Amino acid sequence: MAAILVYAELSEGKVATTSLELMAKARELGDVYAVALGSGAKDAAATLGKHGAKAVHINEDSVFDDYIAEPATDALASLVESEKPDLILFGFTSDSREVAGRLAARLGVGLISNAGDVTAKDGGFVAKVPYFGGAKVASMKANAKPAIVLVRPKSFEASEKGGTAEVKQLDVKVAEGSRRAHITERVAEASEKIKLEEARVVISGGRGMGGPQNFPLLEDLASALGGAVGASRAVVDAGWVPYSMQVGQTGKSVRPGVYIAVGISGAMQHTVGMKTSKVIIAINKDAEAPIMKMADLGVVGDAMKIVPALTAAVKAKKTK
Amino acid sequence: MKIVVTVKQVPDPNSNLTLEADNTISREKEVVLDPGDECGVEEGLQLKEAHGGEVILVSMGPERAKDAIRKGLSMGADRGVLITDPSLAGADALLTARVLAAAIKKEEPDLVICATESYDGSTGMVPPMLAELLGFPQLTFAKKVEIDGSTVKVHRQTADGYQVVEAATPALITVTAAIAEPRYASLKGIMAARSKEIKEVAAGDLGVEKGRPAETIEGVVDAESRKAGEVIQDDGNAVEKIVQVLAAAKVL
Ligand SMILES: Cc1cc2nc3c(=O)[nH]c(=O)nc-3n(C[C@H](O)[C@H](O)[C@H](O)COP(=O)(O)OP(=O)(O)OC[C@H]3O[C@@H](n4cnc5c(N)ncnc54)[C@H](O)[C@@H]3O)c2cc1C
Ligand SMILES: Cc1cc2nc3c(=O)[nH]c(=O)nc-3n(C[C@H](O)[C@H](O)[C@H](O)COP(=O)(O)OP(=O)(O)OC[C@H]3O[C@@H](n4cnc5c(N)ncnc54)[C@H](O)[C@@H]3O)c2cc1C
Repeated sequence: MAAILVYAELSEGKVATTSLELMAKARELGDVYAVALGSGAKDAAATLGKHGAKAVHINEDSVFDDYIAEPATDALASLVESEKPDLILFGFTSDSREVAGRLAARLGVGLISNAGDVTAKDGGFVAKVPYFGGAKVASMKANAKPAIVLVRPKSFEASEKGGTAEVKQLDVKVAEGSRRAHITERVAEASEKIKLEEARVVISGGRGMGGPQNFPLLEDLASALGGAVGASRAVVDAGWVPYSMQVGQTGKSVRPGVYIAVGISGAMQHTVGMKTSKVIIAINKDAEAPIMKMADLGVVGDAMKIVPALTAAVKAKKTK
Repeated sequence: MKIVVTVKQVPDPNSNLTLEADNTISREKEVVLDPGDECGVEEGLQLKEAHGGEVILVSMGPERAKDAIRKGLSMGADRGVLITDPSLAGADALLTARVLAAAIKKEEPDLVICATESYDGSTGMVPPMLAELLGFPQLTFAKKVEIDGSTVKVHRQTADGYQVVEAATPALITVTAAIAEPRYASLKGIMAARSKEIKEVAAGDLGVEKGRPAETIEGVVDAESRKAGEVIQDDGNAVEKIVQVLAAAKVL
């Protein structure tokens, strides 16, 4: 059996959902073990066991919480040396990407980034990578050992299947020279009531919203539906809304029950982050916009009129 | 302060891409300086304006990637280095990082600025690899950068806000599009750029060995696409129809 190492990212002491998604996939590929670093690693090991890890290597040193990438790279490099995994899986998230890149460079092996799936083939691994702006999918065979693959969030569904992982203390000397990029402060800007990635309804606005002054229309609809508001990159880059709201290739991936795209044209880089939503509704004044070709319901019209009317109708229906 | 900005030439994101027979993205299309790197150049120039020093643009690419460097020079950067060599065509992220690292080491910069990911390959892996190979700390996803003596401090964008991250220079930072609005090159800037130096370096001069690429493309297929559903004109009944769909999806 191939040995699969999953890099479990901890966020506020909990295993990130993306890492649990990776666990579900890893179980199909071989014997799974995981590594969890920083505060909460021990509890994380229990969670990872439930998701199929046979063993979890942990180290609770806060150096892993406080310094970017380098301490984790030290830990992983020593783990790779002792455990010789065939495949290391990382989430394609800000924190994991940085560790993966440094690790690959230190080991002198390449990696496959931004994958949507991984399969075992001929004793090796093949990753599916969005190509050509998402219109195509390339099958890429990993040539290195260990193979390192970064997988986009929401590519798999997390599920519990396993038992108790053996917890192994990972003794690693984090060099003084690795305590460099120091996180001195954490500031939360988005007081998200409902997390975008977890919302059952996501309403996203694009350039067709006309300006930041109109985003409250989407907020109103979201609160009526118990959903969250997302955005296209065009409006994030324009500074209308914060990056935390961006859906797409370089933003978040979402998979809600209903995704409502308002004034969004439907560029591949946007749709790659939402096309697995169960139902897609598009509101756009252009019947030819690409989003109309993938929506379950496309409404051609002016968002400024439709959205407030929809909010009112939803509210009315709920009080009935 | 000596600042290196890495700049990549990419197919124009506003033009339609085409695929070659060997499944590589056609480079015969219009090409531009990567818009993310344009933000990097802008940030480099602003730091130079505030703290003095020099902004050097480093790129790996074909001969015509000079145009991308020239664009940055016309914005105000001081000089450029282009590593160009037919043997580098099709380089993977690690080889790219090795080549860039070898060239950048010679410059002994205080700060290296990259974009978080490129507009074409978008692996986002060159910057962390480069930081590792240079032996620099990495301060990433910066939407704000401050320099105080030999300390660099960034606001690192996170999913729900930002972190304040500090390190001593030399360091590598990656910047998001929120960092700075790239300036337009002035006519004077464009004229001045013509006489600025772009040094060409061959891969052999850097002593970088070309290994086996990280990945081999086995095949390319069309992405699964969703089928179009119903498209209706908003003739006054659209809201009712949307409510029906919401109810059917059990979110209402
Ligand atoms: C490497 C890379 C990464 C990228 N990553 C992302 C990403 O993560 N997320 C992302 O979203 N994009 C991303 N992009 C950008 C993407 O290519 C598009 O440029 C972007 O999604 C367009 O945003 P938009 O749909 O809001 O704007 P536009 O394309 O300008 O569309 C606006 C739409 O609004 C409609 N409209 C206008 N007025 C009204 C009205 N009154 N009522 C209803 N409709 C109206 C118009 O018909 C149009 O369809 C990326 C691009 C690259 C190259
Ligand atoms: C669709 C697609 C998928 C790919 N997948 C992989 C993969 O999984 N693994 C892999 O190893 N390679 C992959 N490649 C190849 C990879 O894109 C190239 O190696 C590329 O030279 C560097 O990576 P990037 O464009 O992804 O850079 P990124 O890491 O996304 O670029 C970030 C920044 O690094 C700097 N930079 C990057 N390249 C250069 C350069 N040539 N000159 C100057 N500065 C630069 C720029 O500042 C850039 O903005 C892929 C290419 C494509 C088109």
